[in-house]
Amino acid sequence: MTRRSRRTGPVGPMALRAGVLAAALASLAACGGPQSALTPGGRSAAEIHDLSMILFVGGTVTFAAVMALALYAVLAAPGRFPGARGWVLGGGIAFPVIALTALQVYEFGIARRLAAIGGPDALRIEVTAHMWWWDVRYPGAGAPGTGGLRTANEIVIPAGRPVELVVSAADVIHSIWIPSLAGKIDMIPGHVNRLGILAERPGVYRGQCAEYCGAQHALMAFDVVVEPPDRFEAWLAARNRHLPEPADPRLAAGRDAFLRLGCGACHRVYGVASGMLGPDLTHMGARGTIGAGALANGPEALAGWIADAQHAKPGNAMPSYGPVGAEALDAISAWLWSLK
Amino acid sequence: MTRPQPGSPLPSPLPRPAEELETLRRVWRPPGGLAIVTAVNNNIIGLFYIGTALLFFVMAGLLALAMRAQLAVPGNDLLDHGTYNQFFTVHGTGMMFLFAVPMVEAIGVFLLPAMLAARDLPFPRLSAFAFWAYFFGGIAFFCSLLFDAAPDGGWFMYPPLTGARFSPGINADFWLLGIGFIEISAIAGAIEIVVGILRTRPPGMSLDKLPVYGWAMLVMAGMIIFAFPAVIVATLLLEVERVFAWPFFQAELGGDPLLWQHLFWFFGHPEVYIIFLPAAGLVSMMVPTIAQHPLIGHRLIVLALVGTGFFSFGLWVHHMFATGIPSLSLSFFSAASMAVAVPAGIQVFSWIATLGRGRVRMSVPALFVLGFLFIFVLGGLTGVMVAAVPFDWQAHDSYFVVAHLHYVLIGGMVFPMFAAIYYWWPMVNGRLLSKRLGTAAFWLMFGGFNLAFFPMHLTGLRGMPRRVYTYPPDLGWDWLNLASTVGAFVFAAGVLAVLADIARSVLGHGERASPNPWRAGTLEWLPNEYFATRSIPRVSSLYPLWDAPDLPRQVEAGGHFLPGAPTRRRETIVTSPVEARPQYLMPMPGPHWGPFLAGLFTAAHFLMLTVQLYTLSIVPGVLAIAMVFWWLWELDKGEDFPPQDIGGGIRVPVYVQGPRSHSWWAMAVLLLVDGTAFACLLFTYLFLWTVSPDVWPAGPAALPAIWRLAAGLALWAAAAGAMAWASRALAQDRHWRMRLGMLLGLVLAGAAMATDVTAQVSTGLRGSDSAYGATVSMLLAYQSFHLAVTVLMAGYTLARSAAGRLAARRRVTFDNTMLFWQYTCAQGTAMLLVLHLFPRLTG
Repeated sequence: MTRRSRRTGPVGPMALRAGVLAAALASLAACGGPQSALTPGGRSAAEIHDLSMILFVGGTVTFAAVMALALYAVLAAPGRFPGARGWVLGGGIAFPVIALTALQVYEFGIARRLAAIGGPDALRIEVTAHMWWWDVRYPGAGAPGTGGLRTANEIVIPAGRPVELVVSAADVIHSIWIPSLAGKIDMIPGHVNRLGILAERPGVYRGQCAEYCGAQHALMAFDVVVEPPDRFEAWLAARNRHLPEPADPRLAAGRDAFLRLGCGACHRVYGVASGMLGPDLTHMGARGTIGAGALANGPEALAGWIADAQHAKPGNAMPSYGPVGAEALDAISAWLWSLK
Repeated sequence: MTRPQPGSPLPSPLPRPAEELETLRRVWRPPGGLAIVTAVNNNIIGLFYIGTALLFFVMAGLLALAMRAQLAVPGNDLLDHGTYNQFFTVHGTGMMFLFAVPMVEAIGVFLLPAMLAARDLPFPRLSAFAFWAYFFGGIAFFCSLLFDAAPDGGWFMYPPLTGARFSPGINADFWLLGIGFIEISAIAGAIEIVVGILRTRPPGMSLDKLPVYGWAMLVMAGMIIFAFPAVIVATLLLEVERVFAWPFFQAELGGDPLLWQHLFWFFGHPEVYIIFLPAAGLVSMMVPTIAQHPLIGHRLIVLALVGTGFFSFGLWVHHMFATGIPSLSLSFFSAASMAVAVPAGIQVFSWIATLGRGRVRMSVPALFVLGFLFIFVLGGLTGVMVAAVPFDWQAHDSYFVVAHLHYVLIGGMVFPMFAAIYYWWPMVNGRLLSKRLGTAAFWLMFGGFNLAFFPMHLTGLRGMPRRVYTYPPDLGWDWLNLASTVGAFVFAAGVLAVLADIARSVLGHGERASPNPWRAGTLEWLPNEYFATRSIPRVSSLYPLWDAPDLPRQVEAGGHFLPGAPTRRRETIVTSPVEARPQYLMPMPGPHWGPFLAGLFTAAHFLMLTVQLYTLSIVPGVLAIAMVFWWLWELDKGEDFPPQDIGGGIRVPVYVQGPRSHSWWAMAVLLLVDGTAFACLLFTYLFLWTVSPDVWPAGPAALPAIWRLAAGLALWAAAAGAMAWASRALAQDRHWRMRLGMLLGLVLAGAAMATDVTAQVSTGLRGSDSAYGATVSMLLAYQSFHLAVTVLMAGYTLARSAAGRLAARRRVTFDNTMLFWQYTCAQGTAMLLVLHLFPRLTG
């Protein structure tokens, strides 16, 4: 975008900027990325995207017209500029009143439709924000007696079926935002808010906390994995199984070290430990990231995180366990990595 | 005032006696050397004020550069998270509270008297105090960065993050106490500006001839009066919650974090227009000069300014579209947010039409004005976008909003400010700033600005949230951020060029300006010295200098009103608020150490509170109050001179009292502020009741007995009656009866307060129990504070009485005390009715 603007050469500032604006608009179409409102993968984001395009085009045309008029006003001889108060009445009053009334009617139709996504037959998922991670629960799912399906820092949802995120916060205000799927909604202590999502395109979308929530607000992301309905059901079913016993002694040693070091006081691993203060680790090996988007997941990264979480994400509640030694770290991380 | 006929005689016959000018110069001479800090004249305080605001602009700007450097590349570790979070908090807070609002008030303090051809603003020592409190407070606020103690909760300070649990350090207190009291200085400035515009206009400048800038400042000051109390109350509640654990914002005890957001944005959105309207007013003054054509649509612009002020109080929820508020409310606030585009459109098209009908003379101010138009229109259009609720659900708290707000604030306020600096600089030292440096600065700032902020629209839509100290690569944000960083530094280079230009001029370089270098039409371009114009012109049009080309010569020769200093002291003409008919000659106070010391001690008091030296803080607190009484003591002189001839056959008194007095007006405005703050507390009470009715008393059994209400009401009424009796006694010069009435009234008011407090305590109520306990305790505390102020004011009034400085014909001090007193009694009554009857009605 910026490269194109440089090529426009020595024209007036107004024309130059209009050119940049047009270039920017053109480049909007090619705005990929897993966290972009410009590549919608769901109903809400798509409707807002359409609204955005209307706003951008309307805004650009209005801007260009006003700037052209201003440029003419500056350059034209006094006698050549037609009208006086008419511009004020027409451009300043009539035009905005008509255009904005139409926009109001249109945008409110959208707002109403988007608020209606969800409803009684939607899949309900409870998300509670903590400083600085996401606790995710599927009420009614999960093996009987497990207390429901719980995960963290990732939300797996089916494509084509309405999902209602029931969101709240455990400490300070956060805001859940998955730009490619929907707009954001705040998560406020003492309040329960709802966000309806209808994902249409399977894939992995990135979400992030949008309300400043203290030291590590920057490192509070999560993935939304949109699966085709059958694969989603398979995923759910896999979550309903009990974890198998570690396959080899090294993994068993990892589990034992996990328990010995007291990790289970904060972290739940279904059937192994039942801590509730930190993220659930029952299927840690299946997740894309560690520490709510702080690091890409992998056995080495896991060991590094456990050794020095305070370096990777300073101020988070997880202590650095470096002193326990490489052997224990490797074993724990190998075991966690095996929890797919 | 009738239009002067051609050839009609001037108000003061020429030539004037020579000693007139000498007397004027003598009485208005500013103090020299170090004693310059005792100066109170608006020319000097205004420049101090502007200079300090510019200094804070540069400091907050440097923080922005550091942040941009951190964000230049993904995963950067130039700034750690703690430093970054402090930097963005201090950047936002500093720009909004220590730069933008003070700067628009500072420009007003400097320019308004000149535009109104008044010798000064009506309360020079109040201006000086407001400035010094701001100066010391602002310096202390920025210094908190050096001790790693700067606030880090964002300029919006949302609890619970900023509450005692998640922000245990004193960082948040620096914001709450530091900014809290600097807001008081903004209110002082607003009172000054309202009374100045309404009462010190030159004879003949009826409201329809008030320059647009005057209207803009009047609306802006009115907005401060109704908006700032909300943030002061919010600040107070949060600080009290932090110190005494009264749970206003804690959900588990019936409080609500959203209460803060309502109060903060009820202030925060008008704040944007408090910053923008004065700048728009400046543009409306410069555009006619640039085009050499009267402003087209003057009346529509005035309507637009008033309309903006009005609308701006109905927009605050658009900062809360994502909080889960029901969509019916959202539609109301969305519509109101878009409606505000109409007054903005009126102004933009008026400026364009004026430029079109006139012949534009290119200059540095013209460049900045055109740059403003470009940036502001773009920012306004993105404003319409974020007013659309679904779009805002995506854009909110993303870099799109960072782009939008910088387009409207830098475009809407900073560019006009630089235009104004280049335009009005000749009033500072009689020189023009450099056209070459100014042009270069403009292009650096304009290009740098757009390079920095235009890409952010896209960064935001690509999903980058605000207030992140780092970001991962490969999300499509890298190049956009790098461009923004480069742009920010280019913009900074432009600011540096302006500062260099100013330094060059201050050091005595640069072209000397003629008295009216841009051939403007308004009064500030009359020849003037530090006492303002030699004589105060009779005004009969919107552009007096264009319509009466001989006016500057007449004014300078002393041919108009008040050509000298008839009582041989500083004075200016007070006129009626609508027609601007001369009413009286106001004596004006001169240099004094009081305002400087009071400002210093006030800042010291709040600084000590911040670092929790609670007991020690009493010392500067008491000293600050003593300084105020010291500077007040010699004022309110009474009718010490017979009525004076000010020219045009008009003879006016040198003293008035009652509702015509400027002092009475200021007190009335202050009570509007006060009443708004009280209304915010009542809102708090009702809002928390709607959130948590379960923590409110269930029925009369849990409430104080009804006789306690009756007793309280009777005592407040009796206290008010005693003061009315004292007032009648003073009117008859029966001094002992007046003193007796006041003392009796104080006893009754004290008894009323004690009754109110014991009534609530009798139910076992505690502030820390629940949101109910907290709000009731807060209302009682607020009323007690009013009683304390009443006691101070009454004590001062009694002291003046004892010193023989109070009489039936010298009672402005008494009247001010009485206004505050009666207000306090009325507020106590309202509070009692709510506290006792509301839970009975709903329980």
